[in-house]
Amino acid sequence: MTATPPKLAAENLSFAVDGERIVRGVDLAVAPGETVTVVGPSGAGKSTLLRLLNRLDEPTAGTVALDGTDYRTLAPTALRARVGLVPQNPGLGSGTVYDTVTAGLRLRGSQPDPDRVRELLDRVDLSGYGDRAVADLSGGEAKRVAVARTLLVDPEVLLLDEPTASLDAGAQAEVESLLTDLLADADRTVVLVTHDEAQAVRIADRVVRFVDGQVRASGLPAEVIA
Amino acid sequence: MTVPAGLGDPTVLAGLAQVAVASALAAVVLGLSYVRELGLARELGGAFVRGFVQVLAMGALIGVLFSIPLSFSGVVLAGMVGYAAWESRRRGDGVPRAFRVSLTAIALGSSVVIVTMTAAGAIESTVRNLVPVGGMIIANAMKTNSLALDRFKSEVESNRDEIEALLAIGVPARAAVAEHVTESVRASLIPVVDAMRTLGLVYIPGMMAGMILGGANPIYAAEYQFVIMAMIFAAGGLTSMTNSLLVGRYAFTEAAQLRRFEESTPTLLSTLRSLR
Repeated sequence: MTATPPKLAAENLSFAVDGERIVRGVDLAVAPGETVTVVGPSGAGKSTLLRLLNRLDEPTAGTVALDGTDYRTLAPTALRARVGLVPQNPGLGSGTVYDTVTAGLRLRGSQPDPDRVRELLDRVDLSGYGDRAVADLSGGEAKRVAVARTLLVDPEVLLLDEPTASLDAGAQAEVESLLTDLLADADRTVVLVTHDEAQAVRIADRVVRFVDGQVRASGLPAEVIA
Repeated sequence: MTVPAGLGDPTVLAGLAQVAVASALAAVVLGLSYVRELGLARELGGAFVRGFVQVLAMGALIGVLFSIPLSFSGVVLAGMVGYAAWESRRRGDGVPRAFRVSLTAIALGSSVVIVTMTAAGAIESTVRNLVPVGGMIIANAMKTNSLALDRFKSEVESNRDEIEALLAIGVPARAAVAEHVTESVRASLIPVVDAMRTLGLVYIPGMMAGMILGGANPIYAAEYQFVIMAMIFAAGGLTSMTNSLLVGRYAFTEAAQLRRFEESTPTLLSTLRSLR
């Protein structure tokens, strides 16, 4: 572990709904620029963990610190612009690719820079897709639009929920190569949830094994994934 | 208390004779249904008797209302608003604080219009006018409110992923749901807008027809009907706008998290408690 203070730190983070404990007292510190992959069986509470880190759900106990500050003291909009989540289900709505990618910025009241949007679309391998309707995109393209929408807000921490789930092999490879490219950006801290352990090994600095709402193991990919 | 005019009133007796003739015509329908073995006689007969009893009861009730002091009409209208809100919230079952939203929206939309138009003299400040016209305005406000709730609920349920995806990158709750709120306002106003648009061409409202049959100047009947339609339009619009402001806010927690829309069958008591 590095000596630098963590970028994002879950402290006894817990979440229960209707008496069912989905996330149970999780302590997890992520260093600045680190890529942590959370693996575990489906139903382990991985997606809920990401939602809690983004404060899309309210912890029933514990909290999260961003740069040492309790995230409950930050305005939720400011927090989420700094800790942006790409959900498993892209939720793109019904507009064009351009409108969808710029939605976050526009609805936050800023004017998107068309050059930057074009550059970002190039980066996610969707050059020239600006005018296409999101409804007509393939699964892999839709995921990449969702990633671009979050990246345009330029969060310091990127939370990715199963970015390659439910895609065919070709699309999985496309999205993963995009991720590898993104993760090379040393400034960005990433927490990625996946059920694909091979993928976790390929892209992570550190792997966390999550079972029954708890961290069961945490370490180098080779240590955690036998 | 004078029960209206009494049953010995010649007009009531004459009315009964007319009821008898109209019933005879209806009986022909029942007879034909029986002869042709349509199996509808029971249902048609039931509806017929039921309609007669209900409308007579209503006539008697309105008769009683005419004898109460004017100040009570406020109580009656408030009761109507309360019941309308109770009925309306069913349409939005699961929408957070649906009863509170309905009560506020219907009360605001209808009271602004009723008070303004009474002050302007378009609604006479007599029980005879206030209760039926007020009731009509409240009923229409309720319809608009129900449509708005119903649409808002389905909009949010079918677009939850999108709304949360926007929240997750720091979009304010109000902006994340704005498109869906607008859609529910638009949908809720379709009936009043369509009625206004086709007024006189397709839709010749009952009140105007009644006034003309009652011997009123047709132009005046038309003017008054327009006033009524405009009141319904205004009450619907205000109700829908109020509804949209509130549902858009109550759908989220203070930390801008989209609430789960959980259906429930609240009791009157628990609903009243939730208002606090």
